[in-house]
Amino acid sequence: MLKMKSSTLRLLAQTTLLFFWAAMTAWASEPKVSPSNGTNIFAPASTPAKSIADLSVFVLVVTGLIFAVVFTLLLYSVVKFRGRAKDAGREPAQVYGSTQIELAWTIIPILIVVVLFLATARIIHAIQDAQEPADAIQVTAIGHQYWWEFRYPRLGIVTANELHIPVSDPSHPTPTFLQLLSADTDHSFWVPELAGKTDLIPNHPNRMWMDPQRTGIFFGQCAQYCGTQHAKMLLRVSVDTPEDFAAWVRAQQSPAVEDTSAIAGRRVFESNACMNCHAVAGTPADGRFGPDLTHLMSRTTIAAGAANNTHDNLRLWIQDPSAIKPGSLMPSMKLSDADLDAVVTYMETLR
Amino acid sequence: MSSNAITIPGTQIEARPWVDELHQWVTTVDHKRLGILYILSALLFLAIGGVEALIIRIQLMRPHNDFVSPEVFNRMFTMHGTTMIFFVAMPVLFGFANYLVPLMIGARDMAFPRLNAFSFWLSFLGALLLYFSFLGGSGLYGAGNAPDVGWWSYAPLGARAFSPGHSSDYWTLALLVSGFGSIGTAINIIATILCLRCPGMKINRMPLLVWMNLVMAGMVLIAITPLSAAQIMLLIDRYLGGHFFDTQAGGSAVLWMHFFWIFGHPEVYILIIPCFAFMSEIIPVFSRKPIFGYPVMVAATVCIAFVSMSVWAHHMFTIGMNSYANSFFTLTTMVVGIPTGIKIFNWIGTMWGGRIQFKTPMLFSIAFLFQFLIAGLTGIMMAASPFDWQLSLSYFVVAHFHYVIVGGILFALFGAFYYWYPKMTGRMLSERLGKWHFWLFFIGFHLTFDVMHIPGILGMPRRIYTYEPGRGWDTLNFIITIGAFIQALAILVFLANLVISYFRGARAGNDPWDAWTLEWSVSSPPPAYNFATVPTVSSRRPLWDLKHPEDPDSRYE
Repeated sequence: MLKMKSSTLRLLAQTTLLFFWAAMTAWASEPKVSPSNGTNIFAPASTPAKSIADLSVFVLVVTGLIFAVVFTLLLYSVVKFRGRAKDAGREPAQVYGSTQIELAWTIIPILIVVVLFLATARIIHAIQDAQEPADAIQVTAIGHQYWWEFRYPRLGIVTANELHIPVSDPSHPTPTFLQLLSADTDHSFWVPELAGKTDLIPNHPNRMWMDPQRTGIFFGQCAQYCGTQHAKMLLRVSVDTPEDFAAWVRAQQSPAVEDTSAIAGRRVFESNACMNCHAVAGTPADGRFGPDLTHLMSRTTIAAGAANNTHDNLRLWIQDPSAIKPGSLMPSMKLSDADLDAVVTYMETLR
Repeated sequence: MSSNAITIPGTQIEARPWVDELHQWVTTVDHKRLGILYILSALLFLAIGGVEALIIRIQLMRPHNDFVSPEVFNRMFTMHGTTMIFFVAMPVLFGFANYLVPLMIGARDMAFPRLNAFSFWLSFLGALLLYFSFLGGSGLYGAGNAPDVGWWSYAPLGARAFSPGHSSDYWTLALLVSGFGSIGTAINIIATILCLRCPGMKINRMPLLVWMNLVMAGMVLIAITPLSAAQIMLLIDRYLGGHFFDTQAGGSAVLWMHFFWIFGHPEVYILIIPCFAFMSEIIPVFSRKPIFGYPVMVAATVCIAFVSMSVWAHHMFTIGMNSYANSFFTLTTMVVGIPTGIKIFNWIGTMWGGRIQFKTPMLFSIAFLFQFLIAGLTGIMMAASPFDWQLSLSYFVVAHFHYVIVGGILFALFGAFYYWYPKMTGRMLSERLGKWHFWLFFIGFHLTFDVMHIPGILGMPRRIYTYEPGRGWDTLNFIITIGAFIQALAILVFLANLVISYFRGARAGNDPWDAWTLEWSVSSPPPAYNFATVPTVSSRRPLWDLKHPEDPDSRYE
């Protein structure tokens, strides 16, 4: 009998310790606020992300309190009402229920739900039903199997994978409104520090907005499984000062640089299937299936963020896309080394 | 025929050829044997789905890992999800329902024994079809193929343009065929409970396990049908030129989401309600008290069933519904937390004032309460739709639903295994191995799934086969993978316990836990006909009344 008791106690001690251990892990691993360039949902840099983070903290506090109360009750009943050796063979009082207690633990949760719902509905409305100011930056984002197309209808710009938007001064906001479309399967636009995610669904245009309040590069990626290379459909949003943004817009609006030194590469590009998928403004190449290459060199990455835009990476990518991104829809054109070098030279003139 | 003239099958030792024995199992219509077949097939697929999970975890344990190709990784998470939901969780729960419901209501079998066998073999055929895709996905020559569309196969990824070949057709057929099996079983459970209760077992005297399985079966009828309809529509799209979900011809991707989730969310409750049922039997017995608030537990279960039919679009908060729809589904999702909370309180109320015995089934039950509480609270977080715009489709949501399915459903199931294994086999499972199993699994579970919330908060989306270093995800993913292997070790201990105890376990006797429901009044394992004479009951705890004639429950009900 005594032996049974001590083993029960040991077990209880272990249970308690482990519960504490779990709680400690959860506490110790609270996300640390990253300075910048992170993807932490609790480091918001724009109004929608900020209101979501505030709501999230409120919900975390409420659910944390519920957890504390219920966990305490559970732990107390496990410890207090553990079977003891002296009770062996005797049954405790048989209690069948209590209407008052049931009422109490029905009504209190109902009140909590009302509070949580009202707090949430307010934020839903504030984010989703925000009016679009007349001078907002408009961007059409189109999801493709495995890259992003960005079109600025008012500015006449087409680019890919790296979105440039101006920083928004709270006293004179210049928010960016995105229209979200898809060319093939479902995708989801998620830059955690700028806004919650919204899906890009064919035949189902969506809208989202952001008004970033600090400059920098913000990372994100496709969040809705869209096919083989869903993992390497990365996103970067460059939040520029108004001056930098204006300069970027001017550069993007200009036609492709005509560099006679790369005429051989251009010929390879235009005599192969490259131009069926890629566009270079001002040349016969006007394919829409792949990213627009008019200002390829203005981007810091290639292959939707899968590799840095360096000479070697570019060469490898054109030679064998599956070396960087297996499952990518860009085929290897099996170019000779000379043609390959020529095309890379041509690409490097597209500033 | 008097009851003492009946000998128990199994104690008669006959040298029967194994083919004969196998034949009996294959052709059986006995609810107990079918129950065990369901459970064994689920254990087989648990092992397979578990290996798939380990492959996923090895691939993700460090950035830029190339353990498997992206194609293989995508097949693994598709097969893991589909297998675990349709060919592990549902069959194992149907198995327990099959085994226990007739015994608990004093019936000699299910209402339709042949339909019962048909349903099991349909479900099993479904599983075989799914796994045949590894061989026949692109015709027999295409080795190493399997569906890679994710377990919800969102349109238009499942359309022929994006999923050529036949691998996703095997996924469709597997769900369609096993869905018919599930519907058959659900009809059977409902008919059995409504028509075959023993004298005196009024509907408000049924054990809670029976009540909850009744509700579960009703939900299966409502939830599986839209899934089957959607699968048929998908086949029409793929082979008969239909355009239901073919976006390039004007079809609707969102329609598929609605069809899938109006199945998918009730499905979660179809899985968890039978686990509530296990808890509602195990916790009272090991607390030595009747369930606290029986009528409230029944009402809460029915309430959950109704409300859970109106929450499906909380899986779709990111698809751009308008603010009113988002608010509506936020409200319904939070409301479903109320009856669920009431259940947790009632289980704690049951333990309160009891004399809790920490046998392995009870350990798993207490861990269930703890983990299900957390899973419910992270569910509330995601019910707040703006919060969900960040958390949805991230590792946070993966951690959340594994908390429900592993921390809730699987822990409850392990409790059920330790509790009813003696009834099914006549042998006790080893408590020593049981404790090892429990603590290893508990530690592995928390190491994996507590930590898994954090990469989600740090912006890691689900279903990516690799990730860049330096995003703060590396160490976390490494810890998660270690936890997964500890869980796998625990499962091995469990399987070893099942096998070793079958041969060497202590004899269980009729009623090893001093319990109160009718299945413990018959021998272990029960005879083919269950009850020599059909019992008559006069309260919710017939065996309590027998053991305490001076203070029977029937006096208070």
